[in-house]
Amino acid sequence: MSLLAHELKASYAFVERNFFLTRRYWGWEVAFLVYSAAGALSISFIGAQLGDARLLLTLMVGAIFWNYLSVVFSWIAETIAVERWEGTLEYTMMAPVHRSTHLLGSVAYAMVYGLIHTAAILVAMILFFPNLATGNADALTVVTFMVLGSFSFVGIAMLAAILPLLYVERGAQMTFVLQSVLLLVSGVYYSVDVLPGWMQVLSRLSPATYAIDGVRKGLIDGVPVTELTGDIWPLVVMGIVLIPAGLWAFGRAERYAKRTGKLKRVG
Amino acid sequence: MTATLLRQSKTFVPNRLAAPAEAQPLDATLPALLVEGVTKRFQVGRAKRPVLAIVDVSLRLERGGIVGILGANGSGKSTLIRLVSGLLTLDEGRVEVFGHDIEREEMAVKRLINRVSVDAAFFKKLSPMENLLFAARLYGLDAGRARVDAVAILERLGIARKRVSRPVEQMSRGMQQKVAIARALLTSPSLLLLDEPTTGLDPRSKLEVQAFIEEVRTDHDASIVLTTHDLDEADRLCDRIAVLNDGRVVAEETPNGLKRLVAERHGQEPTLHNVFMTYTGRSLDEDVEEETDDAADEAD
Repeated sequence: MSLLAHELKASYAFVERNFFLTRRYWGWEVAFLVYSAAGALSISFIGAQLGDARLLLTLMVGAIFWNYLSVVFSWIAETIAVERWEGTLEYTMMAPVHRSTHLLGSVAYAMVYGLIHTAAILVAMILFFPNLATGNADALTVVTFMVLGSFSFVGIAMLAAILPLLYVERGAQMTFVLQSVLLLVSGVYYSVDVLPGWMQVLSRLSPATYAIDGVRKGLIDGVPVTELTGDIWPLVVMGIVLIPAGLWAFGRAERYAKRTGKLKRVG
Repeated sequence: MTATLLRQSKTFVPNRLAAPAEAQPLDATLPALLVEGVTKRFQVGRAKRPVLAIVDVSLRLERGGIVGILGANGSGKSTLIRLVSGLLTLDEGRVEVFGHDIEREEMAVKRLINRVSVDAAFFKKLSPMENLLFAARLYGLDAGRARVDAVAILERLGIARKRVSRPVEQMSRGMQQKVAIARALLTSPSLLLLDEPTTGLDPRSKLEVQAFIEEVRTDHDASIVLTTHDLDEADRLCDRIAVLNDGRVVAEETPNGLKRLVAERHGQEPTLHNVFMTYTGRSLDEDVEEETDDAADEAD
């Protein structure tokens, strides 16, 4: 068996295991989906109440795409934390699997899960707001920013996944705080221009800022992707830099955890 | 009873498990495990001096053998197992598994070993089959074949076919431990690391697991490192026993050799209990009491 086929097969182990976990926790999955849909609808109703179709679309795009990005982020960032809770971390780390393969499996499942989860919320939105005017949307722009946003977000999530390796007790909490900060500074429901100056600096470091901005311009204003290079290049650079950086840092963190005995303890 | 269990095992366990596609024959002349001068330190809290968990430990396990590691709680048994598993880095010394250096040839070593720890580590909501399938895929096994083998091994260990699809959390601790052993065996490890595999099991389950360990060695050509607090178990299963105290190997011999030592050098009755007391400076009862106290403290 070629090395690539072996690694793909091993990465599928994580996809299948995460599917098994989702299936076993189906009650919580439904509850989480209902909560996410309710949250997205609640925010969108603010736009409806003000009778502002543009604001309504702005909020909806923010709610839907933040849901996707945050779900992807959570699945990847909790790769280690989940195994700590279950007590399986040592077993997984002992297996003859490269860490890149491990993370590839987590990323693949996160993206598929995120798409399905977000599609369900999108359906709820369409049912509640059937008369949305999206006639001049540029689908290519929307898809481009969604894909680029996903990959650059994956890099940040990989870096966040390191925290539970380094900090046994607090690592998972730190990833949650990081996710919250990304929500705050990325202009999910408002323009980043309204943020204080120092937060606007942070917003430029978040891939979600560019991804959601690009999706809005494509969906609401129908701007073609060729006119959005200012939003595209930061995402491309972040993807190129953050994913290899995440893999490298993950390897270093694993080595540190093995040197200090931090794989052992269950947080 | 043991003989009955062994006879049953011949009936139920597949001799050829779903081997990884890239499995290569092992050099029979090499030791299954070679530990040379291994030392491991941990920095605990803000203390200036690191704690020495393992000090200049050397061990050699020949292919097909079982080496037992005895020692009080905190003596370094599990740390040594983790070092051999690659879950901890070495500060000094070297470890080889069938000639593969654990640091330089990490992947090759990982393919050859598996471990059963004292706490059965599973995704508790998943079923034994789902957990075993995950393990099979990680080790590059054919999933279809692994499903068949998993059922056969679990049935051999007394876990009925109808239980293999229910969540692990619904099983007793003894059954969970059997699933852990089945998971390890599924991957056909050449070196099996058993870290107190029978701790907490009822006498019948303990006998079943012990019979299974003997069978794994005999029928599957596995070499085994076994840590245990059960001295009868060590006596029955191990070819050689190393006694660890404060991270150091203070005695290493065959079980009978150790008994002879305490009789000849210390004038004591030749039992492993006396070996344990002599070389660790404490009785096994004290050790078990301490373990119980620790558990109570954790519960508090």
